[in-house]
Amino acid sequence: MASKDEILAGLAEIVNEETGLETEAVQLDKSFTDDLDIDSISMMTIVVNAEEKFDVTIPDEEVKNLKTVEDAVNFIDNAQA
Amino acid sequence: MSRKVVVTGLGAITPIGENVQETWANALKGVSGVHALENDWVEQYDLAVRIGATAPAPSEDVVSRVQAKRLDPSGQFSVAAAREAWNDAGFSGDTADTSDELDPTRVGVAFGTGIGGVWTLLDAWDTMQAKGARRVKPMTVPMLMPNGNASSVSMEFKARACAITPVSACASGTEAFYQGLNLIREGKADVVIVGGAESAIHPVTIAAFNSMQALSRRNDDPQAASRPFDLDRDGFVMGEGAGACILESEEHAKARGAKIYAELAGAGLSADAHHITSPAIGDEGGPARALRESMVSGGFEPSEIKHVNAHATSTPVGDIPEAGALRAAFGSEVDSMAVSATKSMTGHLLGGSGAVEGVLTILALKNRIAPCTINLDNQDPKIDLDVVTTARDLPSGDMVAISNSFGFGGHNSVAAFRSV
Repeated sequence: MASKDEILAGLAEIVNEETGLETEAVQLDKSFTDDLDIDSISMMTIVVNAEEKFDVTIPDEEVKNLKTVEDAVNFIDNAQA
Repeated sequence: MSRKVVVTGLGAITPIGENVQETWANALKGVSGVHALENDWVEQYDLAVRIGATAPAPSEDVVSRVQAKRLDPSGQFSVAAAREAWNDAGFSGDTADTSDELDPTRVGVAFGTGIGGVWTLLDAWDTMQAKGARRVKPMTVPMLMPNGNASSVSMEFKARACAITPVSACASGTEAFYQGLNLIREGKADVVIVGGAESAIHPVTIAAFNSMQALSRRNDDPQAASRPFDLDRDGFVMGEGAGACILESEEHAKARGAKIYAELAGAGLSADAHHITSPAIGDEGGPARALRESMVSGGFEPSEIKHVNAHATSTPVGDIPEAGALRAAFGSEVDSMAVSATKSMTGHLLGGSGAVEGVLTILALKNRIAPCTINLDNQDPKIDLDVVTTARDLPSGDMVAISNSFGFGGHNSVAAFRSV
């Protein structure tokens, strides 16, 4: 099981792969849409990759609630438990 | 009198070169791009055909790592070839909306493909089988759709007049010239990025083309496998890559002081309505009608044509009707035409072939030299053409050169270029 720090680092790598953003830009308080400029199709790609990386399921109806990076880290953390 | 259309930029990424310059140099030297395929799947599926003509992946300067993840390989080839053509045309900006001399709503795209994103679709199926439906990526649909390449080129250059996708199997790349010519003649656009691309060297497509007996099985001698017009030809060799050209109204090109390679004088298009894979032969066959239409469209006589880049795929049944069609359309004048079959070097790029061969035809006209037809050891006596085996000088003076493409489904397209 990954720690929250490890989840953040892993998410940052996934976001970098998909968008080219530097991993340092992916911080807990950042909004996926407003700060990181991630469109819905990229967000879904990030979700699919995160599910695989962390071995969790992120239901489609949950994705709209993942507004910030912290939301995603917390959701994955809980889903692993 | 309709508007004259000229060619002002060229791009290519092919099995014999990562750009136009290298592709052209190798086409004059007679270099084969065919090699043994080393992929694991060749052994895994015990494929009968183990050769292909792969093209180099575009460099990261042209297609970034992030962009590459969102494009099928055929889309990556498309963007790379179109970027080279765009830069070659010498516009003042990297895109239509940053070039002072361009109005983005007057810049169009006609970019063809034979199959579209076949790798993307089959990769998605592999992922689904291995990992389940939830792992299928959201970008799968935009990456596999056949219009994806035209769309990607349109977005890359902010070309907003239109983005159309000729899909006519192996005739697609040449049909793009036909469509681009008409877009400019009809006044819909001043500039059109035309081209074609394919990336289909996949075990499923190889198995499928092989099962219809279309591919060469000369696995023990890959570089001799693609041998158009030769008695011992036994099928085509799968190639991949893309070609692209910038078409422009003559008026627009001259106003901005562009260099002009050639005039796209005319083009022809026809359908056989005969057989799904066998070409129609004879005087009234589709290929002969497309050739005649290119003359009417371009306002030239057979005697003006000095060079032909033949479709010539190296299949036993396909090469003979093309020779017949040329004679049916042009009569005895065909004897004074230098005919090159460049698929002997590049393999068959399917929807990309007409675009690459268009580029080679334009360069032959511009440089007055016809590229090679390699592996022509014993010309089939049924093929009564003057085939260029080693690069040969073309005459000086005004002349026309044509490029032919014929596709499964009975699609025939011809592009005719005139010297300037």
